[in-house]
Amino acid sequence: MALYSEKVMDHFRNPRNVGVIEDANGIGEVGNAKCGDIMKMYLKIEDDIIKDVKFETFGCGSAIASSSMATELIKGKPVADAMKLTNEAVAEALDGLPDYKMHCSVLAEEAIKNALDDYHKRCEEQQ
Amino acid sequence: MIYADNAATTKMSDKAIETMVSLMKENYGNPSSLYEFGQKSKEVLEEARAKVANAIGANPKEIYFTSGGSESDNQAINSAAKAGALAGKKHIISSAFEHHAVLHTLNKLKKEGFEITLLDVHENGLIDPKEVEDAIREDTCLVTIMFANNEIGTIEPIREIGEVCKKHGIPFHTDAVQAIGHIPVNVVDDNIDMLSASAHKFHGPKGVGFLYVRKGVRLFNLIEGGAQEKGKRAGTENVPGIAAMAVALEDAVANLDTYGKAVTAKRNRLIEGISEISHSALNGDAVKRLPGNVNFCFEGIEGESILLLLDDKGIAASSGSACTSGSLDPSHVLLAIGRVHDVAHGSLRLTIDERTTDEEVETIITSVKEVVEYLRGFSPVWRDLISGKREFIL
Ligand SMILES: Cc1ncc(COP(=O)(O)O)c(C=O)c1O
Ligand SMILES: [Zn+2]
Repeated sequence: MALYSEKVMDHFRNPRNVGVIEDANGIGEVGNAKCGDIMKMYLKIEDDIIKDVKFETFGCGSAIASSSMATELIKGKPVADAMKLTNEAVAEALDGLPDYKMHCSVLAEEAIKNALDDYHKRCEEQQ
Repeated sequence: MIYADNAATTKMSDKAIETMVSLMKENYGNPSSLYEFGQKSKEVLEEARAKVANAIGANPKEIYFTSGGSESDNQAINSAAKAGALAGKKHIISSAFEHHAVLHTLNKLKKEGFEITLLDVHENGLIDPKEVEDAIREDTCLVTIMFANNEIGTIEPIREIGEVCKKHGIPFHTDAVQAIGHIPVNVVDDNIDMLSASAHKFHGPKGVGFLYVRKGVRLFNLIEGGAQEKGKRAGTENVPGIAAMAVALEDAVANLDTYGKAVTAKRNRLIEGISEISHSALNGDAVKRLPGNVNFCFEGIEGESILLLLDDKGIAASSGSACTSGSLDPSHVLLAIGRVHDVAHGSLRLTIDERTTDEEVETIITSVKEVVEYLRGFSPVWRDLISGKREFIL
């Protein structure tokens, strides 16, 4: 039996939305090198819609796949929907993760929340 | 597949497989039975004991067959601890980067009131015999130091450490699981009182090993029951496995010279090739290391993803990253040689053997370079490093 589901391996091998958005208006970074997974999310939000999202990840297979899946789940969605993204939803969309790898999907959720917080903060500052 | 994980386990030799199968088919008698058919198994068992003893310079009476490295380590350490406690001595000296079979046993003893000194293994992964001597106390009942490390492959100054122990009259155990069959080991010349070995690390079967205990050193049981192994290890002997281990060891030891030279040359080429990767570092001493061991840290990336991508390229390797172990901490071995968490997570262990071809070595080098570059390409840590936001460690 393989360590990961086919879905996880697919997102790990061909991560979607990898990279940087130069003019992002929401950036979030979570995790630290100490625990072994770091995720950075870049959001481009227009009219309360996530027009574009990209990520960079330092981490294991499950961290990379979770980042990739999380970006897919929120791309093109209203900000309010993205706020509701849970790590369980990310893991489920990946056809499950091993128990001890669930923390990697938690990081994906947190990275997106972190980027959305950054977006809201920037909005407030502009007003 | 390119198999570069021989420190995890090895392919059984054809001779070992044939020995095992033929014994299972034709010689299934119990060596404890008194009839001829059983006694035939007893003969096979004693022949194997003689071969194993001969391979490490021991007397056959000093060899106890076990289920492998973990059991041997457990028995040796618990036994020495018990003997120590009976004499009022409850201090044990070991090192910070031992295998968990040793460290977890020591942790258990600590909870039972033993004091454990774990020696520093320094940046090069080598223990200083002088520090062993300095750590010795009135109440020291055991020194246990591994012969060669399973992750970074460093070969410890066992003979010198053994000499120190001998001088102070303290039993010396060594976990030689990674050394036996790979480098010369002689229990007399190397001043060893107890030694653990495991067959599957030298082309023998899994679940078989042995414990060498020098004559005169007290040995207590781990497993109680029948009178097998002179009453020191109960349980009907795994005769086919033990005989297969003995032929595998005999062959490995007979070829040590050619093995050492050939594999070391390939290892050095691997180290040379992989060193071309920027911000990478070899873990462990470059010279005092096992012929087949290569272990690197790469800055800015994580080990498990390196392994998965190498696997896609048909290369089987290993890593000391946290995410491969299920804990949040990276390998205690890499932390023990002073690698900080940030880089310890990005480690790769390649352990080759005599079957690894020059072509495979080149494929590994190219593949590792590709994988490291690819992963760095979308690592936020790497971005911070190259943009100067974060300082390079390696
Ligand atoms: C240094 C060392 N000690 C002990 C062991 C445990 O051996 P076994 O798997 O035979 O129990 C290993 C194997 O991983 C090892 O490398
Ligand atoms: Zn992870």
